[in-house]
Amino acid sequence: MQVPASFDYRRAESVDDALALLERYGDGARVIAGGHSLLPMMKLRLARPEYLVDINDLTELDYLRLDGDRLRIGALTRHRKLLESEVVEHFFPIFTDAERVIADPPVRNRGTIGGSLCQADPSEDLSAVCSALAAEVVIRGRGGERVVPVHEFYRGPYETAVGVGEMLVEVRIPVRHRAGSAYEKVERKAGDWAVAAAGAALALAQDGRIEVAGIGLAAVGADAVHARAAEELLRGREPSEELFAEAGRRAGDDCEPVADNRGTAEYKRHLAAELTSRALRRAAARAAAGVEAGAGV
Amino acid sequence: MTTVEHAEHVDVEESAPTAAPPEERPIGYGRLKRKEDPRFVRGKGNYVDDVLLPGMLHGAVLRSPFAHARIVSIDTSAAEAHPKVKAVITGKTLEGLGLAWMPTLSMDTQAVLATDKVRFQGQEVAFVVAEDHYAARDAVELIDIEYEPLPAVIDARRAMDADAPVIRDDKEGRTDNHIFDWEAGDPEAANAVFERADVVVRQEMLYPRVHPAPLETCGCVASMDPVEGKLTLWETCQAPHAHRTLVAMVAGIPEQKIRIVAPDIGGGFGNKVGIYPGYVCAVVGSIVTGKPVKWMEDRSENLMSTSFARDYHMTGEIAATRDGKILGIRADVLADHGAFNGTAQPTKYPAGFFHIFTGSYDIEAAHCKVTGVYTNKAPGGVAYACSFRVTEAVYLVERMVDCLANELGRDPAELRMQNLLRPEQFPYENKTGWTYDSGDYPTTLRKAMDIAGYEQLREEQRRRRAEGKPMGIGVSFFTEVVGAGARKHFDILGLGMADGCELRVHPTGKAVVRLSVQTQGQGHETTFAQIVAEELGIPPEDIQVVHGDTDQTPFGLGTYGSRSTPVSGAAAAVVARKVRDKARLIAGAMLEVSPDDLDWEKGRWFVRGDPSAGKSIQEIALAAHGTLELPEGVEGHLEATTVYNPPNLTFPYGAYICVVDVDPGTGVVKVRRFIAVDDCGTRINPMIIEGQVHGGLADGVGMALMQLIGFDEDGNCLSGSFMDYLLPTALEVPDWELGYTVTPSPHHPIGAKGIGESATVGSPPAVVNAVMDAIGVRHADMPLTPSRVWHAMHGGVGAPQ
Amino acid sequence: MQVSINVNGTDYNAEVEPRHLLVRFLREDLRLTGTHWGCDTSNCGTCVVLLDGEPVKSCTVLAAMASGHSVRTVEGLEGPDGLDPVQQGFMEEHGLQCGFCTPGMMLTARALLDRNHDPSEEQIREAISGQLCRCTGYLNIVRAVRWAAEHQARAQTESPSQSETAGV
Ligand SMILES: Cc1cc2nc3c(=O)[nH]c(=O)nc-3n(C[C@H](O)[C@H](O)[C@H](O)COP(=O)(O)OP(=O)(O)OC[C@H]3O[C@@H](n4cnc5c(N)ncnc54)[C@H](O)[C@@H]3O)c2cc1C
Ligand code: FES
Ligand code: FES
Repeated sequence: MQVPASFDYRRAESVDDALALLERYGDGARVIAGGHSLLPMMKLRLARPEYLVDINDLTELDYLRLDGDRLRIGALTRHRKLLESEVVEHFFPIFTDAERVIADPPVRNRGTIGGSLCQADPSEDLSAVCSALAAEVVIRGRGGERVVPVHEFYRGPYETAVGVGEMLVEVRIPVRHRAGSAYEKVERKAGDWAVAAAGAALALAQDGRIEVAGIGLAAVGADAVHARAAEELLRGREPSEELFAEAGRRAGDDCEPVADNRGTAEYKRHLAAELTSRALRRAAARAAAGVEAGAGV
Repeated sequence: MTTVEHAEHVDVEESAPTAAPPEERPIGYGRLKRKEDPRFVRGKGNYVDDVLLPGMLHGAVLRSPFAHARIVSIDTSAAEAHPKVKAVITGKTLEGLGLAWMPTLSMDTQAVLATDKVRFQGQEVAFVVAEDHYAARDAVELIDIEYEPLPAVIDARRAMDADAPVIRDDKEGRTDNHIFDWEAGDPEAANAVFERADVVVRQEMLYPRVHPAPLETCGCVASMDPVEGKLTLWETCQAPHAHRTLVAMVAGIPEQKIRIVAPDIGGGFGNKVGIYPGYVCAVVGSIVTGKPVKWMEDRSENLMSTSFARDYHMTGEIAATRDGKILGIRADVLADHGAFNGTAQPTKYPAGFFHIFTGSYDIEAAHCKVTGVYTNKAPGGVAYACSFRVTEAVYLVERMVDCLANELGRDPAELRMQNLLRPEQFPYENKTGWTYDSGDYPTTLRKAMDIAGYEQLREEQRRRRAEGKPMGIGVSFFTEVVGAGARKHFDILGLGMADGCELRVHPTGKAVVRLSVQTQGQGHETTFAQIVAEELGIPPEDIQVVHGDTDQTPFGLGTYGSRSTPVSGAAAAVVARKVRDKARLIAGAMLEVSPDDLDWEKGRWFVRGDPSAGKSIQEIALAAHGTLELPEGVEGHLEATTVYNPPNLTFPYGAYICVVDVDPGTGVVKVRRFIAVDDCGTRINPMIIEGQVHGGLADGVGMALMQLIGFDEDGNCLSGSFMDYLLPTALEVPDWELGYTVTPSPHHPIGAKGIGESATVGSPPAVVNAVMDAIGVRHADMPLTPSRVWHAMHGGVGAPQ
Repeated sequence: MQVSINVNGTDYNAEVEPRHLLVRFLREDLRLTGTHWGCDTSNCGTCVVLLDGEPVKSCTVLAAMASGHSVRTVEGLEGPDGLDPVQQGFMEEHGLQCGFCTPGMMLTARALLDRNHDPSEEQIREAISGQLCRCTGYLNIVRAVRWAAEHQARAQTESPSQSETAGV
């Protein structure tokens, strides 16, 4: 069995304690949340932190709270909780869609939203979800908090806006009216990372036109988490099959997948298009169904 | 337990107060819960990594990062300076002991630790022995090796190029990467039928490199007793006796001073047949340190360095008349054997049983040519539930028949039915020299079609197609060849493939049977007790099955190629019959009648014509150990030994039907149904048989859809973890639908044929045929991942690398 | 560092390296070798144990992280009144062959049945989808869990560690 190299371990008792530890140990320190991205990398010795700051006792970061027009998700909220939350499913079915196909049940019992976003793996699903939903994240340091739009949070593969001595504490998602969202992923088997995936979130105006459109992609290139061109196309338009197909094409054109074990670049580009239009179709149907049922209005 | 059920059971098991209903605990064949399970469900199995010996040290292997490179220098000083390190072993250390190279199962040599060059990524270069596992792993990183990278041969099709680097320059006079050429069948006869055929279809296909990947990796604990000079080696091992002999040959330790223990094994599938360098290193580590040394592979080591399977580049040709009568089949194969030829094969056939590629059909001629080459990839090719290349052969013929059906516009099931061998043709001499023992193929295929509702499925397929929903139905019919094997055909490193068996009935009528074969989950402790129970009438729970320890069991070649039941199962029946014959003589003395006047019913000899005058096997056992005056020439006690030399192989077969749905927009394949009708002759324990089939089917779905050991151009292995070497989960496989027919083997003492590998052999072509049927493409190579299926639908897809 | 972990109802205190993985702690320090391992990348699920009642991959949890929590392993499945119905179901339905994946599969089944007394075949397949079995082709595992569900009522015995960790 591969085992990690040596490190020191501290268990944080509070967020402030965690921040103090992170500041004290500086560059060599890493937060460990679920550990399901970090520990495999440490076992393969692709990561060798000197200090681990365990934040699993910080139950104050484990919450899902509907707060006015936004949903606040604590950084330590586990995949399992997101998957099983009725509130999440009601307002953001895209989350539920994605969580069903993220990793597998025991991994979902440990992995957290904070760890997922901070890992910033280009194949990571919640980044695409948060991108589609135009989430904001809250980063806290000893000096205080800052709120960063998720689109500015990514600094490239495995790099985020979280600086040394800081941590992610919360994810905020705007609740919209007449909204619907969906996530589509192709994987080679259950528990696999995405070959490609696309999430779409739509909010309709009174007249049925698309008011807000968000599209997030996974596994089709480091800079392609956010499909801007496709979003622009959708805004202000009447939902239709042709529109969604065209938006899919734009998403496909805009991404930069690389060939690997999971598939060729051409195939992934095709998937980006295909899955984007599928997600849009379902998102629109959900928005329409919600309007009809009087929900989410 | 109801009284009624108990009463029914009274004469066979009076003493058991909690006897289950009769069908639950047969005395002999039938569904019987496994005897090994009570320990497993309590977590009380004893696997190699569970072995803990006083003072035990831990080993770790340093492996090559390059596919091909010269070793310039090795510096172990930093590792040696690690406070917890007890020894660092390199090729140099081993050279001093004459152990730097070891023989492979194909009469080649393999480096234990590289001295001159590394020849594949993941090759063993140094071995560290330390106080604990963590320290051993840390110290491996402290070894400094300078390499000079060399160009590598990765694509087998380039291995024989004039400018290809010579991989095995350790062998004197070697100027190329050629290993062998071999052929079977009659080339002229084949040419003749191909010339007169109305239709000839030719198809290239790759059976890609895959890995058996049992859930437990390979490993061992080596303990050399310096006083006794005795080596005890706990190993994840499918063939303990063969290993004992090989270790004696390799290490020069006298064979009586070697004890191999194969405790519980977490799956084998062929991965645990061979001897790996890590085992030799652990033995040396134990000799050097005077302490027991444990070495367990991690998963990357397992996938990257131990026996892969397949890697056969095949060109198939099939010739037929316009109305679909198959006349002949030809195959031309390029076999990638990796850097050392480590294939386990019966030496007369370097391509194993590949020449069963004539399949289940009544054809006039066949010919195959196989060329083996070295490449800079891991050695092996041993197995993976493949019975020595039958998997490749069945895949070839079953794909070719579908290609022919496609060419002729014929239904593939109907085309098979037209060409299947008929029952009256058995025993059937095929065109490459095998004698198929028995079969009723059309009945089996028809049964599978009935379970599937074949005609309705085709109807549904037409409907769905019209709606733009691709659905595919794939059929395969396979003939397996198992139970190696007859002395005149087979040996491994000069060892014949006969199995010993010993049976002892204790005075109280309980028995112990000692086997040479080694379960890795097949349930030998149950099945072999049932075989003896069937022959002697002793309840299976009264029969202890001993295996997995060479100090406790007779010699034999082990469990792989589905040979346990065909060979050792026969031995168990024969030895039980010997005991029964001896019991007859003793019963005669007890009853004061001539043994010739006794008749046998399960569990007892009785006087012909007077069933009430008889002696149970338990009574006879007591008498055999007692003071009874024994007849002349009869020794006391009730025991026997035997060695079973199989006269022929056995030929299980089956008909499989797979139904898939393909998402045309993404290429994602969903296996909706899988129908498997197997014929393995006499069925000993149907529950275990079905379990074996289920596992093999899942394996086949995995191989068809996702499993691949891939490489980049530089020879880096791209599938060194379960993140990239994909195995199916419960969500990728359907509820298996099984059926069976029973055509006993005429030459096997109990008519049993072996079932362990049928499903692994038969299922991949059924899945591939179904996907091709769904997408309307003649051929695409496995694994049929979404990307590859999508490309196959849009202009084609090449062989994976 | 010092850890204190409740395993199968007993508190264990031990001095370990921070990098010690829970699976190795269970196997080596406590000699509870019923928990197996099969990979380096958290994919195989062979190592699944219940951490505070829920299935987790013990190769991807540090012993240090489990300190202060309760762990249930296969050795803790059998209660004072005999085998857990899940264990019986695996024997009845031939849900195991080599037995290597079995402890993890049974623990997942136990956790599933604790929440859902009557899981469908689909739910069972989903629950075990993070765990590989190379031998059984899964169908008999599904049947084993169904068997246990159907025989639960007869043998409702809660082991001590289970009641301690309830409500997480
Ligand atoms: C077998 C397997 C399959 C998987 N499949 C998928 C999949 O299909 N899709 C998918 O999206 N993910 C997948 N994952 C990843 C899984 O979702 C992880 O749990 C998740 O990515 C990381 O969450 P974590 O809490 O475990 O993070 P950790 O491993 O604890 O941390 C990950 C990184 O984030 C940092 N970090 C964690 N929390 C914070 C914080 N609050 N503030 C600052 N930094 C922080 C850590 O320092 C580390 O660098 C898979 C994982 C495994 C093991
Ligand atoms: S050992 Fe494979 S997931 Fe834990
Ligand atoms: S029983 Fe062998 S891996 Fe599941």
